[in-house]
Amino acid sequence: MMAAIIGRKLGMTRVFKEDGTAVPVTVIEAGPCVITQVRTNEIDGYEAVQMGYGATRKKALTKPVLGQFAKAGVTPRRRLKEFRVDNPGDYEVGQEIKVDVFEEGQIVDVTGWSKGRGFQGVTKRHGMSTGRQTHGNRNHRKPGSIGQSATPARVWKGKKLPGRMGGGRVTIKDLSVVQVDSETNTLLVRGAVPGASNGYLLITNAKRAAK
Amino acid sequence: MNDRVREIERGHTREDVPEFAVSDTVRVHVRIREGDKERTQAFEGTVIARQGTGPNETFTVRRVAQGIGVERVFPVSSPNVQQIVVTRHGKARRAKLYYLRKRTGKAAKTKARDLR
Repeated sequence: MMAAIIGRKLGMTRVFKEDGTAVPVTVIEAGPCVITQVRTNEIDGYEAVQMGYGATRKKALTKPVLGQFAKAGVTPRRRLKEFRVDNPGDYEVGQEIKVDVFEEGQIVDVTGWSKGRGFQGVTKRHGMSTGRQTHGNRNHRKPGSIGQSATPARVWKGKKLPGRMGGGRVTIKDLSVVQVDSETNTLLVRGAVPGASNGYLLITNAKRAAK
Repeated sequence: MNDRVREIERGHTREDVPEFAVSDTVRVHVRIREGDKERTQAFEGTVIARQGTGPNETFTVRRVAQGIGVERVFPVSSPNVQQIVVTRHGKARRAKLYYLRKRTGKAAKTKARDLR
């Protein structure tokens, strides 16, 4: 079954396993989410569920969006997101989705919005190597040559150059679930997750087939 | 830090740690796995550094064994660290005793603390 939930990054820490291994974990507040709409092939041409997460004030939303919540019969939510599912019939509007859709040891993909880094040079942005700092060298963090000569007499499209870095949607695949606490809606995932603390996250079961 | 993260850290932080500070001599009982067998090994030396908080707290123990300096870093809250015994209280005027690495013999000793 497809498992998906919307959450919020709370921070990182370290936990110890019984055998003494230290595991770096990200603490995520996952859900509770509520199903706001079910998309079916007959009506929408595709199959998905739409869920909402987090409370918000009515004033923060526009009338059309409020109308959507009113139709679903749920209180306004801060985030709305659709997830493709194979079995939309299993869900109904108003149904609550909690962290217990995941279990310990399961492999998940986590999507977030990475921290914006601003305009960055080629060393940080693309990991190009730097020149040496001393011995009269004046090429420290420059990109070097960016192309050939009379042919093609232009710079290739997609050439790695300085520019805006970060602030995009990033998915980290194949993270394992360390702990699920459905009482406090907390999910512990091994490793780091994109974005700052309090950033929104989408957690789904791993797209890549389990080995 | 978020309260819920703090709550999780509390569950993974050891509370029964004896009071020990940099410059003290401690014996650390470490659980070691050899294949299927488990046994405890002791490592005794001078604490030359202590850093971090909560489950991330670690300390560095230095000893000179057979003329070779050996340093081991232990996480305070690791289940592998079974027991920490303070065998001698030392006295130091700084938080990190890395200068001991350059010293040998008598100069590498920390002063004993008067426990009154």
